[in-house]
Amino acid sequence: MSLRQIAFYGKGGIGKSTTSQNTLAALVEMGQKILIVGCDPKADSTRLILNCKLQDTVLHLAAKAGSVEDLELADVMKIGYKGIKCTEAGGPEPGVGCAGRGVITAINFLEENGAYDDVDYVSYDVLGDVVCGGFAMPIRENKAQEIYIVMSGEMMALFAANNIARGILKYAGTGGVRLGGLICNERQTDRELDLAEAMAKRLNTQLIHFVPRANIVQHAELRRQTVIEYAPDSAQAEEYRQLAKKIHANAGKGTIPTPITMEELEEMLVEFGIMKSDEQALAELEAKEKSLCSGAA
Amino acid sequence: MSLDYTNDTAAAEALIKEVLDQYPEKSGKRRARHLGVAKPTEEEGATSCGVKSNIKSIPGVMTIRGCAYAGSKGVVWGPVKDMLHISHGPVGCGQYSWSQRRNYFNGTVGIDSFVTMQVTSDFQERDIVFGGDKNLDIMIDELDGLFPLNKGISIQSECPIGLIGDDIEAVAKKKHKETGKTIVPVRCEGFRGVSQSLGHHIANDAIRDWVFDKGTPEFESTPYDVNLIADYNIGGDAWPSRKLLEEMGLRVIGMWSGDATLAEMARAPKAKLNLIHCYRSMNYICRHMEEKYGISWVEYNFFGPTQIAASLRKIAAQFDETIQANAEKVIAKHQGLVDAVVAKYKARLDGKTVMLYVGGLRPRHVTNAYEDLGMRIVGTGYEFGHNDDYQRTGHYVKEGTLIYDDATGYELEKFIERIRPDLVGSGIKEKYATQKMGVPFRQMHSWDYSGPYHGYDGFAIFARDMDMAINSPVWDKFKAPWKAA
Repeated sequence: MSLRQIAFYGKGGIGKSTTSQNTLAALVEMGQKILIVGCDPKADSTRLILNCKLQDTVLHLAAKAGSVEDLELADVMKIGYKGIKCTEAGGPEPGVGCAGRGVITAINFLEENGAYDDVDYVSYDVLGDVVCGGFAMPIRENKAQEIYIVMSGEMMALFAANNIARGILKYAGTGGVRLGGLICNERQTDRELDLAEAMAKRLNTQLIHFVPRANIVQHAELRRQTVIEYAPDSAQAEEYRQLAKKIHANAGKGTIPTPITMEELEEMLVEFGIMKSDEQALAELEAKEKSLCSGAA
Repeated sequence: MSLDYTNDTAAAEALIKEVLDQYPEKSGKRRARHLGVAKPTEEEGATSCGVKSNIKSIPGVMTIRGCAYAGSKGVVWGPVKDMLHISHGPVGCGQYSWSQRRNYFNGTVGIDSFVTMQVTSDFQERDIVFGGDKNLDIMIDELDGLFPLNKGISIQSECPIGLIGDDIEAVAKKKHKETGKTIVPVRCEGFRGVSQSLGHHIANDAIRDWVFDKGTPEFESTPYDVNLIADYNIGGDAWPSRKLLEEMGLRVIGMWSGDATLAEMARAPKAKLNLIHCYRSMNYICRHMEEKYGISWVEYNFFGPTQIAASLRKIAAQFDETIQANAEKVIAKHQGLVDAVVAKYKARLDGKTVMLYVGGLRPRHVTNAYEDLGMRIVGTGYEFGHNDDYQRTGHYVKEGTLIYDDATGYELEKFIERIRPDLVGSGIKEKYATQKMGVPFRQMHSWDYSGPYHGYDGFAIFARDMDMAINSPVWDKFKAPWKAA
């Protein structure tokens, strides 16, 4: 099988790292050889796989040694759960320097030094939104073939998903990047599954899996473990296994996304009752004022 | 005006049309607004030279403009001799601006003067990713240790600084507290603005914000204190200029920024009057000093005897009768020199035509110096002039003169080829192309390693150099002997 490169994107705090690590842990159970490239300066994309936070990020070691040319691959690659290879780009502390450039430097280093040899999957875990060219690196030519957007029924998560789709569209023409699907991380918002499915349809993709909310994820996370490792027989572990199977079967089935405008997105949210229409909001305000007035009288 | 003539308006207009016809329609339309011919106006002896200026060059054409960093580091700050100027960012900008323009200065390099030295933070990949503030902090300490006689340090931002958001102002404040020295952060990232012109403005603002009103220097004023603003002392230009002012009885308390010290810039607000030569690069600080300290300012021109005399009288008019009488004495004293220069060179230069293409001042300021020698200006233009420069140009050039703003390589070459002037005055990038066309050339940015050209002393050198370029025997050899008729 040829090398598959996938990437997880999504709004900050949506559970990208948790979802991706659980999915990859399930994939490794299926006998796949995996490399994780963490592209977040916080360097927490491999914590659950390594059972600890990776300290030796590419950029910190490079800064210490002088430049990336002074590094060896072995310095930055650690082996985690069932042989998953883990690397973290790392980056500056918040508010200084250019983390985007750091991602570019780190990915180039890993590629040039053979980190991608002898693996079936390379998985990129990228912070928040596609804020600049650096964070679009995994989307660009010859990097990730399929992007999975982790989202929920919350408005901001949908905004972010749409923005990421825009980033994919930009590079879909020049490179081979495609949108693999949406992964909905349940937040228990109104009609979440319907909304996620509708959103997927509008973006010309699929809702590849709806991951239900379960406290066991938290319990595992506190122990620096994936659910697969912490509670392999749990229902939640089974959910991640299903997701892993679907992703594995999804090779080459990615699509070119059709991002929608801000207005269209807002209309959609009104339709699903998440956002009120102007008329509705005004009517409610009026009613509230009336009741206040009558109360005062 | 020393010479009365007009140029051929119809020919100039036809030439513009010919050049524009070569462009794609859209580019032609855009360039058309930058090319023009000086037209007569109501005002006696003035023309109208209005062309569009100070906007972005068209992508794909060859422009000779520089960047904001060039305007700040190369022009305004670089000549300040007792400061160290850090080119903050990757090594290229500093490497290629090493040694500065020809800003002459007195002092010992590496001891108390640093103009021709180059200091750079030499950014590596990790500085981009992790930010350069820490390095800058260490670097300032190192510089202060290596060169203890420095009076201050300026931080000249290269492009990446603005992209990665380094807080150079915070570093400057911290290091000022620690060292007690003046530390000036300048946000002159090269991508800002359309030319070096914005860099001048940013540099002026940095002087206002980081040099003025920082402690009160001990200084006793006199009613005759002036600042000589925006003379960069190219080939020593500012020195003969200063001499004339001092002979008049004025006291020059600051030279900006040729041969300048930080102290004389800091005490500038104590002056009675600001005298500004290069209007384009330092009018901003003059306006500020006028507004805040009530110091009025006078534009002057020390190129060629006609303008020198007019300027001395204009400056003297700001002072009492003694100074005015002195001005007349200075003019009279130098008349002999002027007559001798003119007598020697006018016969050799009379009627020769000149095309100029320089930066932001000289395209107008030097025209009368040529005319004093009997030469005629047939075309002129600015790299980075603004609207007010073109307005001022009308007081210098004659009807029918070709005017070109931010001329492209193609335009300039075509203009020179068609007009075939006796001399072209422009920069190093234009020099060899022009000479290969068989047209004599002088560099009017650097004075072609000569100078000074300012003041009466400078005029003698100017006349000699122009004669040398135009009447060099080499031009007789230009025609290949086998092609001789």
